[in-house]
Amino acid sequence: MPLEWFIALRFLRQGRMQSVLIIAGVGVGVGVLVFLSALITGLQQSLVEQTLGVQPHIVVRPEEEKARELIGPRSSGGALVAARVEKPAQRIRSIDGWQHVRHAIDSTPGVVATSPMAAGSAFAVRGNANKSVALMGVDAADYARIIDVPGHIVAGRYSLSGTETVIGSELASDLGLGVGDKLRIQTAEGQSELFTVRGIFDLGNRDVNRRWVLVSLRSAQTLLDLVGGVSNIEIKVARIFDADTISQRIATRTGLVSDSWMKTNAQLLTALRSQSSSSSMIQVFVIIAVAMGIASVLIVSVVQKSREIGILRAMGTPRARVLRVFLIQGALVGLLGSVIGAALGSGLALFFQQLAVAPDGSPLFPVALDATLLGRSALIATLTGIVAAALPARRAARLDPAVAIRYE
Amino acid sequence: MSDDQAPVVRLEGVVKDYGEEDVVTRVLHGVDLTLDRGEFVALVGPSGSGKSTLLNILGLLDRPTRGSVRIRGNDTTALDDAALTALRGRSIGFVFQFHHLIAAFTAAENVAMPLCVDAGRARPEMIDQARAMLADIGLANRAEAHTNKLSGGQQQRVAIARALIMRPALVLADEPTGNLDTHAADDAFQLLRRYNRELQTAFLIVTHDHRLADRCDRIITLVDGRIESDTGESAGAEAHSGAGAE
Repeated sequence: MPLEWFIALRFLRQGRMQSVLIIAGVGVGVGVLVFLSALITGLQQSLVEQTLGVQPHIVVRPEEEKARELIGPRSSGGALVAARVEKPAQRIRSIDGWQHVRHAIDSTPGVVATSPMAAGSAFAVRGNANKSVALMGVDAADYARIIDVPGHIVAGRYSLSGTETVIGSELASDLGLGVGDKLRIQTAEGQSELFTVRGIFDLGNRDVNRRWVLVSLRSAQTLLDLVGGVSNIEIKVARIFDADTISQRIATRTGLVSDSWMKTNAQLLTALRSQSSSSSMIQVFVIIAVAMGIASVLIVSVVQKSREIGILRAMGTPRARVLRVFLIQGALVGLLGSVIGAALGSGLALFFQQLAVAPDGSPLFPVALDATLLGRSALIATLTGIVAAALPARRAARLDPAVAIRYE
Repeated sequence: MSDDQAPVVRLEGVVKDYGEEDVVTRVLHGVDLTLDRGEFVALVGPSGSGKSTLLNILGLLDRPTRGSVRIRGNDTTALDDAALTALRGRSIGFVFQFHHLIAAFTAAENVAMPLCVDAGRARPEMIDQARAMLADIGLANRAEAHTNKLSGGQQQRVAIARALIMRPALVLADEPTGNLDTHAADDAFQLLRRYNRELQTAFLIVTHDHRLADRCDRIITLVDGRIESDTGESAGAEAHSGAGAE
């Protein structure tokens, strides 16, 4: 065993109570670090997943129609004309040359899937009951890559060929529909079509489950008077927090309106960011407290052991080795503390997950405990230990053996 | 340059000043001193005569302000701290008034420590060698004991074994029996004497105890930073005159 390790281990073992206390202290600090990270990351992941479970990352649609003044304010004879310009009601319009647009979007870096959609409002009619719904005509395979409807089917299957439809569970129960039942869809454009319910989904969002009616793209185009056209293109990107940048790039490239989930959920994003920064702040202060704890214990140890350090120097131990003896102690305290802390933090996080359960007993959100988090915490604690030991170690290495030996 | 014929240590014109420019205190005033292999020397003198300073300079723990220190023919003046540290580890052993054993180690680990320091690592065979040495001085059953479980006399014998495990050319002992009762003091002294005879190690023993000094082969008396008398001049090295017989 290298000498500095041998001495460091003996010193730690000798100061048993001190070592145990400071390792426990580091453990508590790392435990807080692990628990907090797991909790916040888990919470955020679950919030983002819930939000993006029913939302595309980016939606591209045509620009709104704008009214223009036909008579300008500069008319003959200096007479001023007061014009009142009303914003026109928005019609459903198709994206011009949407196949080209889609191709352009597909070739934008960061985009992993696109799905054209013909969407508009409609009424779902069954017998005397009718409900206002969001009619969404999509290509079944394309859309499944944007929103995981197939993974949330609770009855029947996900299929949209011909006059098949897939509807939400709330709508199904409102209208008393089951798989194989018929459902009439009427649009404001005066079109109407009879669909067969092929599947029922539950996307975990009451509003979506009540409003969404998925049909084939062709059926929706007919019903919404959009033959051959699509009203918007929905996009999935590889990294969700790149959505804003990619959205802007798409807007520039296509000249269309492009909205990312980050824009439409600005409040959520702000909440997530402030949560992250307060959690980082707590972590930084915990690390500082841990570092000061380790440093103070080692400084006391250097003072207590200055005579012994002097003896070791007199025996011919180089300064660099004395320095390392204390750096190793710092690193070991950090590492051992982080092992305890990882266990403590994981235990706390799992315990908390048990407490925070939905009425049906499933956890409200999973805590994000993984090897990376534990490894990173151990690394941070070890480095903190070494940095904290630097000052005491330098003091020890600089001890003048002649002085250290003489004065007790 | 190291050779066995050269004196173990040779000081020439060693001056030591403490303090800054205006308030310089001169502790040693040009000390010349030569110790040969196998010498057994007592260094006596009143408190404040500079014994400790001289010991530190001999032990390479401190540097003289002027003058030279040669260890087995090697001039140490030009050596840097690291080289001095290495030379000290190999050539010089220390015994202190208070045993100065390292409390975190067992007796055997303490004795083995100079070997470990020299090798840069702790190996089981080094501990074994230390155990054998302890067994040789009647402490076989105390080898695994922590040092605070030993009696004062045992502690000092462990410290002596530690000072000698590297077979250094010179052992510097600062009041080695000062803290012991008569019986333990005698044991410790006998042990020093035994190693002196068996290993031909040179010993310089600082002591206030005249009975102990009288049992040494040579007595050097230091007063006010000067060697006042040296009974060993005839023993080959004319320390006081500074003109050593070459």
